Amino acid sequence: MIEFVEEETQNPTVVIDASAMASVCTYLKEAEVLQFDSLMNLAGHDPDGESDLSIIYHLHSTVLDHYITLKTFTPRENGVVESVANIYRTADWHERETYDLFGVKFNGHPDLKRILLEEDWEGHPMKKDYTPAEFYRGMRIEKVK
Amino acid sequence: MGRLHAEEMVLNMGPQHPSTHGVLRLKLTTDGEIVSHIEPVIGYLHRSFEKHAENLEYQMVTPFTGRCDYLAAMGSEHGYAMAVEKMLGIELPERVEYLRVIFAELQRIASHLVAVGTFGLDVGAITPFIYCFRERELILDLFEMASGARLLYNYIWIGGLAHDVPPGFVEKTYEFLDAFDERVTEYNQILTGNKIFIERAADIGVMTPEVAINYGVTGPSLRASGVNLDIRKTQPYSIYDRFDFDVPLGEGIQGTVGDSWDRYYVRVLEMKESAKIVRQALDQLPVEGDVKSAIPRRIRPPKGEVYFRSENPRGELGYYVVSNGKNVPLRVKMRSPAFSNLSVINEIGQGFMISDVIAILGSLDIVLGEIDR
Repeated sequence: MIEFVEEETQNPTVVIDASAMASVCTYLKEAEVLQFDSLMNLAGHDPDGESDLSIIYHLHSTVLDHYITLKTFTPRENGVVESVANIYRTADWHERETYDLFGVKFNGHPDLKRILLEEDWEGHPMKKDYTPAEFYRGMRIEKVK
Repeated sequence: MGRLHAEEMVLNMGPQHPSTHGVLRLKLTTDGEIVSHIEPVIGYLHRSFEKHAENLEYQMVTPFTGRCDYLAAMGSEHGYAMAVEKMLGIELPERVEYLRVIFAELQRIASHLVAVGTFGLDVGAITPFIYCFRERELILDLFEMASGARLLYNYIWIGGLAHDVPPGFVEKTYEFLDAFDERVTEYNQILTGNKIFIERAADIGVMTPEVAINYGVTGPSLRASGVNLDIRKTQPYSIYDRFDFDVPLGEGIQGTVGDSWDRYYVRVLEMKESAKIVRQALDQLPVEGDVKSAIPRRIRPPKGEVYFRSENPRGELGYYVVSNGKNVPLRVKMRSPAFSNLSVINEIGQGFMISDVIAILGSLDIVLGEIDR
């Protein structure tokens, strides 16, 4: 469920199973020696348009001043990750953004809906294999090279 | 007899509303004049910066970053340049570092001037706004002198600067600093201690440290809650460890720690500290040095990823950049400070009046360009 990866970033990076995300974050936040109370950043990432999507969490402890990076992988279509929005309130909007742009669903999120794009937008644009629809509400979408 | 329950009404504030600082819609659920729920609706300024960045070479992304936070373009460019430099492992000439700090801090003053001025404007004080813009013009003149542009600079490049500052720049900056301290006194006289302003801002939208950290609030809004977190101090980047400056914190002078007045006043104090940093940087500025000497000819960071954060005027600006060894980034994610700062408004704005929501929004100092990216 948990695996340490080789250090290619500046912080220790841990890969976590998508279904364990919430329980791991609860532990990281509440354990006396860890106290990761701040989620700095939550980002989705599509490496090449073929392999699994990854979600990256950057945590910081404002009390003990240390950092950790969490990573989880999810299938390209209908991926589900446990939401941490109830542990870190800042994840609420960040998860909505990741859902909006990558199509990853967050299980247990209080109000998972699109945030930057319109509700009826088709597709998730940050995926590398995304092709925009021809029309949106009768308006032609310009092709960008 | 039970208490009479008024019917709740949903009120749309924005997207075209002068106090929303751009195009933001707030869906207010109101019970009479009292707001019981605030739902910000964003995305009106979404220009898919991150998608664009995946199709551009590293140095071509720089102008896009400035267009995200258009009130602090120097800060955005600085953060992005440092993130890529960290991947490349570039050592910068001293002169570049000093000039970058000078520009970043001048930008902080300019950005805070807009924040302070428009906050006054939101709650009905028009004169301070004009005072603030008077000083901001002087800073924009300095930026224009160096980069040729007043708002969107494309001046801080990966590995250096677009070009050196022209002769006379240093003297003109000194002139600005000499006059500036007195100007801050003017703001204090006209706005900070103003009875009406205090009534509108003190005890309004109180944010506790726990709420602030949990919602990812950063920058002056976080420090107004009494949390001593400034990336320039806790994780000094560039050459910030060489300067002597204080981190102003909210003290609840007019009301409670973390209220709208504190968020305003922390910004006023921060402008003075930034002026102090600029003065020290000007004093120590090395005369020799080619600002373009470290600019790499080919930018191909090694495979890997970096999350680099810097202290923007609005808070923690983070760039998560992933490289696959090519000249085009695989992913650029901008962690924009105002995005998280705005998300807290429902938590701290409940139970206040509609006019207080405007004061709270003004005190959070948001820029929709970087929220929507």
